[in-house]
Amino acid sequence: MTLYAVILIAVLVAMLMTLIRALLGPSLFDRVLAVNSLGTKTVLLIAATGFLMGRPEFLDIALAYALINFIGTVAILKFFELPDPGTSHYSEDDY
Amino acid sequence: MTDFLLAVVSWPLAIVGIVFLVSGAVGLVRLPDLYTRLHSASVTDTGATLVLGFVLILQALVVFGSFMAAIKLLMIVVFTLLTAPTASHVLAKTALLTGQVPVDGQGKPLLESSEAATRLARSRVDATDAEDA
Repeated sequence: MTLYAVILIAVLVAMLMTLIRALLGPSLFDRVLAVNSLGTKTVLLIAATGFLMGRPEFLDIALAYALINFIGTVAILKFFELPDPGTSHYSEDDY
Repeated sequence: MTDFLLAVVSWPLAIVGIVFLVSGAVGLVRLPDLYTRLHSASVTDTGATLVLGFVLILQALVVFGSFMAAIKLLMIVVFTLLTAPTASHVLAKTALLTGQVPVDGQGKPLLESSEAATRLARSRVDATDAEDA
């Protein structure tokens, strides 16, 4: 029990610091990085919470969160990378 | 006896994981520019997930006796180890492509302009673009 509580508190402290970076910025990419990192920590948080409450079924939620976190980051970055994200991939001379 | 052995294995691993976790978060707050922060965030994403995931797998098997929970945790760890470096790579590439210039420890830019950063991101690292890289 104590083990899960210690992990949980450490994750919460780390999340707080990550949140500070998300609020401070300064650039868009710092915020995206902080949100992505926050998502990874949330997966750990959900898993540790499930173990603390004696219900490992919480891991399903953590698994879904891990996948959505990656998809969301790539989607945001693709939106800001390409001039028209709906239509194009790189053309040959973009590389 | 089993409890004692489990504690002897779990606690040091958990402490190592927490050190990865908190040092990555401190780096995220303290380091000077985006690319260095990216580096410290990767420490948390891979190191802490791997070690703490292993601790939780051990707990799931021994304390809860749940093989399914261990499989799910293993899937979470594998997914995170695959996706976190990919996300970091995409983030660094996009930042360079949109003209974020890396700086050194004194805040001096390492490239002359954001156009140079875009050119660097678009160049293939081969013989023809050696002067860009």
